[in-house]
Amino acid sequence: MSEEQQKPSLEKGATADAAPEADKAVPAQRPETGERLLEVTGMRKYFPINGGFVFQRRVGDVRAVDGIDFHIDKGEALGMVGESGCGKSTTGRLVTRLLEPTDGKVAYAGQDITHASRRQLAPIRSEIQMIFQDPYASLNPRQTVGNIISAPMEINGINPTGGREKRVRELLETVGLNPEHYNRFPHEFSGGQRQRIGVARALSVNPKLIVADEPVSALDVSIQAQVVNLLQQVQKELGIAFLFIAHDLAIVRHFSQRIAVMYLGKIVEIGDRESIYVKPRHPYTHALLSAAPEADPDDKGRERIRLAGDVPSPINPPSGCRFRTRCWKAQDLCADEEPPLIQLGGSSEGHLTACHFPEEPTVTARAEDIILDPALAGAEEAADKTL
Amino acid sequence: MLRFLTRRVLGAAVILVLISLVTYLLFFALPSDPALLSCGKNCTPSNIAQIHKNLGLDKPIIVQWWDYLIGIFGGRHLPLGNCPAPCFGLSFNNQTPVWALLKDRYPTTLSLAIGGSFIFLVVGVGLGLVSAWKQGSVFDRAASSVSLLGQSVQIYFIGPLAIYLLSYKLGWLNRGQDPSWGAHPGSSLTGLVLPCLVMSVIFWSNYSRQTRSLMVEQLSEEHVRTARAKGMGSRYVFLRYALRGAMGPIITIFGIDLGSVFGGAIITEATFGLHGLGNLAVSAVTQQDLPLEMGVMLIGATSIVIFNIIVDACYALIDPRIRLA
Amino acid sequence: MTTVTKPDPAPKDPVSTDPFLSVRDLYVRFATEDGTVKAVDGLSFDLERGETLGIVGESGSGKSVTNLAILGLHNPRNTTIAGEIMLDGQELTGASNRTLERLRGNKMAMIFQDSLTALSPYYTVGRQIAEPFMKHTGASKREGRARAIEMLARVGIPQPQTRVDDFPHQFSGGMRQRAMIALALVCDPELVIADEPTTALDVTVQAQILDLLKDLQQETGTSIILITHDLGVIANTADKVVVMYAGRAVERGTTREILKAPEHPYAWGLLSSIPRLTADVDVPLSPIPGTPPSLLNPPSGCPFHPRCAFVEKVGGDRCSTERPQLPDGRGSACHLTTEQKRDIFIEQIQPRLR
Ligand SMILES: Nc1ncnc2c1ncn2[C@@H]1O[C@H](COP(=O)(O)OP(=O)(O)OP(=O)(O)O)[C@@H](O)[C@H]1O
Ligand SMILES: Nc1ncnc2c1ncn2[C@@H]1O[C@H](COP(=O)(O)OP(=O)(O)O)[C@@H](O)[C@H]1O
Ligand code: SF4
Ligand code: SF4
Ligand SMILES: [Mg+2]
Ligand SMILES: [Mg+2]
Repeated sequence: MSEEQQKPSLEKGATADAAPEADKAVPAQRPETGERLLEVTGMRKYFPINGGFVFQRRVGDVRAVDGIDFHIDKGEALGMVGESGCGKSTTGRLVTRLLEPTDGKVAYAGQDITHASRRQLAPIRSEIQMIFQDPYASLNPRQTVGNIISAPMEINGINPTGGREKRVRELLETVGLNPEHYNRFPHEFSGGQRQRIGVARALSVNPKLIVADEPVSALDVSIQAQVVNLLQQVQKELGIAFLFIAHDLAIVRHFSQRIAVMYLGKIVEIGDRESIYVKPRHPYTHALLSAAPEADPDDKGRERIRLAGDVPSPINPPSGCRFRTRCWKAQDLCADEEPPLIQLGGSSEGHLTACHFPEEPTVTARAEDIILDPALAGAEEAADKTL
Repeated sequence: MLRFLTRRVLGAAVILVLISLVTYLLFFALPSDPALLSCGKNCTPSNIAQIHKNLGLDKPIIVQWWDYLIGIFGGRHLPLGNCPAPCFGLSFNNQTPVWALLKDRYPTTLSLAIGGSFIFLVVGVGLGLVSAWKQGSVFDRAASSVSLLGQSVQIYFIGPLAIYLLSYKLGWLNRGQDPSWGAHPGSSLTGLVLPCLVMSVIFWSNYSRQTRSLMVEQLSEEHVRTARAKGMGSRYVFLRYALRGAMGPIITIFGIDLGSVFGGAIITEATFGLHGLGNLAVSAVTQQDLPLEMGVMLIGATSIVIFNIIVDACYALIDPRIRLA
Repeated sequence: MTTVTKPDPAPKDPVSTDPFLSVRDLYVRFATEDGTVKAVDGLSFDLERGETLGIVGESGSGKSVTNLAILGLHNPRNTTIAGEIMLDGQELTGASNRTLERLRGNKMAMIFQDSLTALSPYYTVGRQIAEPFMKHTGASKREGRARAIEMLARVGIPQPQTRVDDFPHQFSGGMRQRAMIALALVCDPELVIADEPTTALDVTVQAQILDLLKDLQQETGTSIILITHDLGVIANTADKVVVMYAGRAVERGTTREILKAPEHPYAWGLLSSIPRLTADVDVPLSPIPGTPPSLLNPPSGCPFHPRCAFVEKVGGDRCSTERPQLPDGRGSACHLTTEQKRDIFIEQIQPRLR
């Protein structure tokens, strides 16, 4: 990363404690795109389950991530959505090499880092940073803010011109905190402010890729937007690529240029924002979108799909297509054969779907709602009778 | 549940075998040669060699230990006499099987430990429950002050005091005697009440305080609030929901205290002049009777391990999350 | 101790036009080591039969405290409650414990947020559901169990005959929340308070649960108070909405009014800080600056004034000195004039919402 980018030209406090009007649109200064930054192929992560009568042995696996492919281009934000336990965080930790993949390949800037040793990773480590969900647990309560933020520089042996402290003070300003807070401790800050500290820590080593695992889900509604705006500014002005993990579909849409939808350890659909939100093909994407609550009482034009039950266990995932146990289009083929993640006829370039019997590319309401939940169907029937 | 128990029992067996090995090594690594101890004044080297042979001390220690272990299950024929099935060797002192001595003394200690535990669990947990039920009341405050007092007493101090007051002066309780459950169950029981009571006193305060704080914590748990939101009465919620949640931790604390419980039982024996394992251990040590020391050690360790399994099983019974795991 | 200061009883006409639930000037204070927490500070709202009232606000705004006060579940040792809570003509703030126990789980019931901690790990789901039924209807154990199975079936638990004997940890999150609903509905309560019933759940499961609540309500005609911090959840579930901030109601209206024509600057902030599925992605979100206030030491005057962008428009130091009142019915607690509110909303806020 070049020297001038060390001093980001972000407007001071633009996201911080300023009135809403002060929040100008950030300049859409896009970095060169199209260049692969991260390429993941066939990545798997199985967590062994140990058990057994007398002696512990491996009796099964949690297939947290089970063969996924995706890439992130330079300066691009890839959003990742899916229900709890589908493997989003595991993917994030695999990409940052906090976890060792069971199988598959991770290439960063053309270099295979799947099995790179600590030493081989050293130059890259600073370029991939992570922001965590829980702003309370992810900061060491016994360290000052200054120490927390400069830790990655220390680990990676980076000495910015003017010294680390000066850099930390700049970073504090960048993320909308007061540089005077250098010597304070995390407990003196609110959740939103702690998340800003987390962002500053990630920025301290001029990363090219930030993996943000649910960076706003633990925050108050009114604070979430502050952090989202900050991250977006960082992404656009510093040209940092993001793997943005979240379960809030609207926030992911707002933040990411491309979106991957995960279900039970698999990517079931991936594509640009428009394709996923307006022309989804995978039944699960349809279900997910139709379930997202919208703060609009007139929002009757969307399809209404209610799945039955919960996500199955990743220990014994269904054969064939994993979504088939909750899918209304499932047929015999779905149980026998796993659908490949491919571009379907009629889908736009780069919009891949893993489904044998894809849906129409639209989210407008159908003639009839799809209600698979027996209790819901029953209750609705009863309600219809009483009316 | 069965799986869980089997696993615990097997684990315990391994632990006991290890304990026996370590104690064995420890005793025989000691500088004193047991042969010297048992051969008296006119010791010639050939005498000693003979004794070594008699005691089996000429073999490598590991083999000796193995023989010892096998003997516990199958019995042994030792040069100095026969030693039937649970063979812990023969006492150096009078060549009687150690097991016979243990069998004679163990019931006293075990009865004290069980009786004392029963009393302090009932009294301590009971006091804690009442304190938690009436938080901030006079009773609560009185109980916590008394707790503080109770914490500082010693068995050898209150023991004689209790004998003087409750036995001599008031004549309410028997001054304490060794039980013989087979022959006189009735008098065995009455003879143990006072020692058990005295032994339990040192545990009262701890259990009442722990129970109180566990209950206060449980009462603010969400599932307890749900029970109240269902309209269940306060007493029902207190006993069925809060106490249920506090029981697991209380049992765990009891499991940790098992060592002190047996320790307390041994001190109580001494205070009341009863003949239990403590008494036996003291004579074994003073007379350097190694097989007897070994036997006392092992039976003490086995008791604690077995009680621990019982405690774990109780915990699993109480908590379905463990039972059905 | 709970102290009850009842306001002077206003003369009421005996006709039953009174709302089913009416909360008037409710104050809830906690004595803590750091001082008095003014968790609820003069809150009033009404709820009609068969209606759903949404209570929205950030965490710590006093939503849960309000509803625990309705059920009388606060610990009297450190809680002071004042004001009036009338449920179907019955005063609750001063009611005896016995009276409350008869009402709880029977006439009024609560669904809690985190079903893993809110259900006891020590008893089967069936027993926990049957308990209130047996207590309030005098049913036998067998009838209780049958009722539990019926309720589990009604909320969509597969194989209720066998699952009734499961423990909560053997259920998935969505199933547990259904069991929680079954538990609340087992005595056909007339008032159900759902405290963030879906916050811990995934979107697809959240949609199932919200629909289920809505449909069960249509079937049984219960009144629901739905507490949430998510305006999206409100949009297709609630009839009326109360927006809470720092222990006070700052705006009240129908769901449509709150979402389409909000009047209070805090409601504007909430609405414009959440992205929509159809919004323009190149416009940054408009967050509310600052952080929610501490209830130990709430701001003077209008509690929102440290974060409000329109203090200037009101002029003087009115916002920081004078507490704005919330009018009855539709309205908001803000010193801006009705015209100002309308103009600001149309000119500055509405364009951001699309
Ligand atoms: N260290 C681990 N050992 C065993 N299983 C694990 C481990 N980490 C994660 N898992 C399992 O892997 C699966 C995927 O977990 P992951 O944390 O990636 O989910 P997620 O998509 O991030 O979910 P959430 O939305 O709840 O954060 C889950 O079933 C989880 O229980
Ligand atoms: N038992 C209690 N003791 C002291 N303070 C409490 C207690 N319960 C809640 N509070 C405080 O009251 C305020 C409102 O809490 P609550 O109603 O739970 O918020 P929410 O709107 O998120 O449901 C918070 O500041 C909270 O810390
Ligand atoms: S492959 Fe079959 S089961 Fe899977 S999503 Fe497509 S239609 Fe449904
Ligand atoms: S009263 Fe003043 S500070 Fe409060 S919301 Fe209205 S304008 Fe803002
Ligand atoms: Mg996660
Ligand atoms: Mg709450």
